[in-house]
Amino acid sequence: MSPLLYLAQRGTAAILAVTVAVHLGTILYAVRGGLTAGEILGRTQGNLAFLVFYAVFVLAAAIHAPIGLRSILREWTRWRGRFLDLSMIALSGLLAGLGLRAALAVYGA
Amino acid sequence: MTARVDHAAVGPGATGALRVRVRRGETVAEFVVPRRANQTVLDVVTEIQRDQDPTLAYRFACRVGMCGSCGMTVNGRPRWTCRTRVATVAPDGELLLEPLRNLPVVKDLAVDMEPFFEKWRRAHGFFEPGENPPDDFVAVAPDSPARQEVDAGIECIACGVCYAACDLVTWNPDYLGPAALNRAWTLVNDVRDRDRDGRLAAVAGDAGCHSCHSHMSCTEHCPKGLSPTFAIAGLKRETGKAALRRFWRRG
Repeated sequence: MSPLLYLAQRGTAAILAVTVAVHLGTILYAVRGGLTAGEILGRTQGNLAFLVFYAVFVLAAAIHAPIGLRSILREWTRWRGRFLDLSMIALSGLLAGLGLRAALAVYGA
Repeated sequence: MTARVDHAAVGPGATGALRVRVRRGETVAEFVVPRRANQTVLDVVTEIQRDQDPTLAYRFACRVGMCGSCGMTVNGRPRWTCRTRVATVAPDGELLLEPLRNLPVVKDLAVDMEPFFEKWRRAHGFFEPGENPPDDFVAVAPDSPARQEVDAGIECIACGVCYAACDLVTWNPDYLGPAALNRAWTLVNDVRDRDRDGRLAAVAGDAGCHSCHSHMSCTEHCPKGLSPTFAIAGLKRETGKAALRRFWRRG
């Protein structure tokens, strides 16, 4: 792992520590009073703060997860080299694409 | 292998008998050795080799914890055997002796240390004075933070105990290992050294300091009480700073 990947993973871990806590806290708070999916969507639609928060969350996860998975695969399998790196870049793109699509859908639905 | 138990070995001066099992390749040989006051594990191996089985191979030199030659796995844990008392590690009188983990076995308890020292070279674990050595001595205050960083890791005797204790070396045979990285950290903090950038580049990457999981097995087992884990953490900081500097310059 290069030092920049290491820093990226540690930096995104710090972001995820906050965003995951807020995400879980929001879920617990939202369903506490028995909100329906429709009522939740009513609050998220057009809410720019919601979109920015989840965009940061998704991008941090898309950077963090493939770097960690690359290290795990290198330690536990014989997979090495450029194809592994390209696969992890593809996984990062997939996570970012699917995550941002979901956040945009909830924001603009 | 058939157990070779020599009950006659328990002789005068002994306070009892030790049951010693020694891994010899794929087999385990059994011996009974007299238990004596203040006996070390190296004493036990030496007694077996001299009195019971002269074909037993092991390595030692100084017998006083300076040379780092006598590392072995004792009851599952890597240790320096010359300073390990039997009473501490085998209160029930049972010893299982095996070669150090993560290194090729030459014979019985002797391992080939070449891969270990090759990684010291790869980590630039040698002092680099530069093309033009300074005209005068470098004044280093003993209580300066940089000197204290060096002091924390400088007493390494290269026994390989930390290397044998490290799971990362087992999982990733290319990983430089705690001792080489600890040595690199002492040199990174050496104000006289002229290869700081080269050394930081050598210890970064998939085989370097960033692979460390901070399990702290090296720190737990180091017979000299050093903490390679903290040395590796220091290398992570310095390589990170160096990478950011390069990144900004390029940007």
